[in-house]
Amino acid sequence: MNDETLIAFEGLTKVYGEGSAMVRALAGVDLIIRRGEFVAIMGPSGSGKSTAMNILGCLDTPSSGRYLFAGVDVTRLDRTQRALLRRNYLGFVFQGYNLLARTSAVENVELPLVYRGMPRAERRRRADEALHLVGLAGREHHKPSELSGGQQQRVAIARAIVADPHVLLADEPTGNLDTARSREIMDLLKRLNAERGLTIIMVTHEPGMAEFAHRTLRFVDGRIETPLMAETV
Amino acid sequence: MLWEALKLAIQSVSRNPLRSVLTLLGIVIGVAAVIAMVTIGDGTTRKVEADLSKLGSNMLVARPGRNVFGPGGNSDSRAFKERDVAALRNGLSHVRAIAPVSSRAATIVSGAQNYSTTVNGTDSDFFIAQDWDFESGRPFSEGEVRSGSAVCVIGQTIKTVLFGPLDPLGERLRIGNVSCSVVGVLTGKGQSAMGTDQDNTVIIPLRAFQRRISGSTNISTLYIAVAEKEQITEVQAMAERILREQRRVVPGQDDDFSVRDMTQIISAMTSTTSLMTALLGAVAAVSLLVGGIGVMNIMLVSVTERTREIGIRLAIGALEGQVLLQFLVEAFVLALLGGVIGIALGLAIAGLAAYGMQIPFAPSASIIALSFAFSGAIGVVFGFFPARRAARLDPIEALRHE
Repeated sequence: MNDETLIAFEGLTKVYGEGSAMVRALAGVDLIIRRGEFVAIMGPSGSGKSTAMNILGCLDTPSSGRYLFAGVDVTRLDRTQRALLRRNYLGFVFQGYNLLARTSAVENVELPLVYRGMPRAERRRRADEALHLVGLAGREHHKPSELSGGQQQRVAIARAIVADPHVLLADEPTGNLDTARSREIMDLLKRLNAERGLTIIMVTHEPGMAEFAHRTLRFVDGRIETPLMAETV
Repeated sequence: MLWEALKLAIQSVSRNPLRSVLTLLGIVIGVAAVIAMVTIGDGTTRKVEADLSKLGSNMLVARPGRNVFGPGGNSDSRAFKERDVAALRNGLSHVRAIAPVSSRAATIVSGAQNYSTTVNGTDSDFFIAQDWDFESGRPFSEGEVRSGSAVCVIGQTIKTVLFGPLDPLGERLRIGNVSCSVVGVLTGKGQSAMGTDQDNTVIIPLRAFQRRISGSTNISTLYIAVAEKEQITEVQAMAERILREQRRVVPGQDDDFSVRDMTQIISAMTSTTSLMTALLGAVAAVSLLVGGIGVMNIMLVSVTERTREIGIRLAIGALEGQVLLQFLVEAFVLALLGGVIGIALGLAIAGLAAYGMQIPFAPSASIIALSFAFSGAIGVVFGFFPARRAARLDPIEALRHE
């Protein structure tokens, strides 16, 4: 791991609604994530961790403060530029897998490459490679309904990493899986982090899963409870 | 990317075949109406043109009365007389034949058979002017024309009905109470452009007709066969001048007769079909509009149904423009499918009509291409709004959507 700062929040706030109905989801968050880190985010419902993830994923914009991604102020980018940033640097894994039904595993995995305009043969090769990496070689042509939950999540991870993102954002990736399956997924993430230097930011409810990360950020009432940077990493 | 969008669109359309087809009904009906209408129209025109050339297209027809060939004409003007014919024969050049004709519906009898037909009183020029050929026998002689002898020439229909397989030459038939002997039989011509049987005719010398059937010296129609097609306008102008002089029409006053060539007559007679064309066109336009709205509606449904899918696509790197393109292509494919079905249906209808109306089946490549392009355009225009809605979806909201 190097010391290069990849992601920084500076006094980030997010406010929903107006007047008496106003909800302060993020109340001034400062955070730094370095390239190659594996960070877990925990916290009770309504603590602002989902809002933080949406902003991290460039799916949402903050009300005030700055969000720097590799030194670029994301809050100044327009919708299309944010979409391009998302496409080129970020990969997403969701709790509910979010695979396209009626579409085979390999087609799901190559979808991000379709939108990048990659030629078909190259696309297929990289998708096969990614599926191999997550341990699903031989199941390329199964539909999501023909795969177990753990396998579906592996397809989702393959899809998230197929385009070589800098950061993988995982929103409760083991939320729908039993403990054994969860550990397999966490081992896979840990391996991707270690072998490929992939920065991983993961939201989870389970302390057991957070243990796989280098450090854990705890959200409470729209703020981070832990020190800004874990010196113990 | 376009290819991928096309593949996706085809998948999505074929996933709900019934819904897709019902959606397309408006476009199908609209396109089918246009295709059928134009194809049948073209077929009719070709049939008319073919009949015209059978009739002899360099034919001028003169009738008393103003604008007698179209709707709203009057024919209470003075009839032509034999001196008019004589004046035309003296004054006109570039003419093959000038035939004065008076006709009347009559029942003819031979033996036990009788049949209603049209009796034409004319002279030998008639056969030249209308390009009649003789199957057997001969036209009238000079003497028969001059004296108005009781002789007649009959068409194929009359021959078949009255005489069957027998040779009618020299046989007698009765027109009303006038008896005449058959001197010639014409070869068959079939139906005219207006659908009447041209072979159902009996022709007798004009004077015989005037004296024994009509009882007047009136001539109702003059056929003028022009030698060369290029000379038609010239001859028409000349004939009008001569007739004006003959009938003492003062300059500035409207003619009390009309001289038209066959093309003008046919177009006057088919002027009513343009109303029908306009009506069908209106039906097609409304139908296409409704079809377009149908496409828009189903695309909005499709966008709502697939909100989550759109969210996933946006999250994994689809740009707004790419989502827009995907749904636009889907609407385009949907509408194009409607166009194709419509074209097939329209051609089928036109084919059946062509068979039933005995006109040539004349599909036009340009109108098919136009319908195809137009239905595609409908898809793009009416698909734009739903596609834009899909592209503008908030990925967070879309991913939460169940």
